[in-house]
Amino acid sequence: MGIYDIIFYLFAAVTLLSAFFVVTTRNIVRAAFFLLFTFFGVAGIYVLLGADFVAIAQLIVYVGGILILLIFGVMITNKITQVDIKTGTIHTLPVAVGVGLLAGVILAVVLNTDWFQIPTEMPKSTLSTLGSMLLNEYVLIFELLGILLLVALIGAASMARK
Amino acid sequence: MEVTLTHFLVVSTLLFSFGIYGIVTRKNAIMVLMGIELILNASNINFIAFSRYGNFGLQGQLFALFVIVLAAAEAAIALAIVLNVYKTFVNVNVDEIDELRD
Repeated sequence: MGIYDIIFYLFAAVTLLSAFFVVTTRNIVRAAFFLLFTFFGVAGIYVLLGADFVAIAQLIVYVGGILILLIFGVMITNKITQVDIKTGTIHTLPVAVGVGLLAGVILAVVLNTDWFQIPTEMPKSTLSTLGSMLLNEYVLIFELLGILLLVALIGAASMARK
Repeated sequence: MEVTLTHFLVVSTLLFSFGIYGIVTRKNAIMVLMGIELILNASNINFIAFSRYGNFGLQGQLFALFVIVLAAAEAAIALAIVLNVYKTFVNVNVDEIDELRD
């Protein structure tokens, strides 16, 4: 077992354990902080897969943007009188059974399939390749995403001001 | 045990299951959003893992980037909606919000 495998198991354990706490803890603020560790673990897994730019984008957008937005949402939509902001849960047992069955089916498919896998050469840096792909083959999607972000920005601002 | 494609797929399957569990069981709308983020991350792990092991270039990473952009837009819009819901109903529990008009 090489160093690569050890680091993978470390990041996988961090990701899955904190994701488990995100969906089970009753304290919303604590769940938001566990979500932070989940995002860090997922970024580590991206690095292990050779996706350096996506990992950095994950850290900037998820940790720096979405998580802060979620925490703001928690703060605004609760009357804060003490630190612990609880959330209720419904139907935990039947949902746990159903989700367990679903996960079992997907895991059975994943483990029993003989996947086509040729590990490609680990790229030194994906940045230049991704950049030229974005501005050549995928330029239409790139522009559309820009428009989408603009529309989302205007829409969110106008909805929140009403 | 040496890490192969299957390991990454197992991690993303478990992450997806946790996300589904969070979406269905939580009452607070913001906790539901956190479940959605977990599912989007699971899909991203799949995209990048297949991009690494499938031998067809970096298209998987590109689509993971698109997913991240969509997740950012989705979070902004969803939180604006949650704020409006909070102004109207004074709470954001998804099981108590069952009216479309005043």
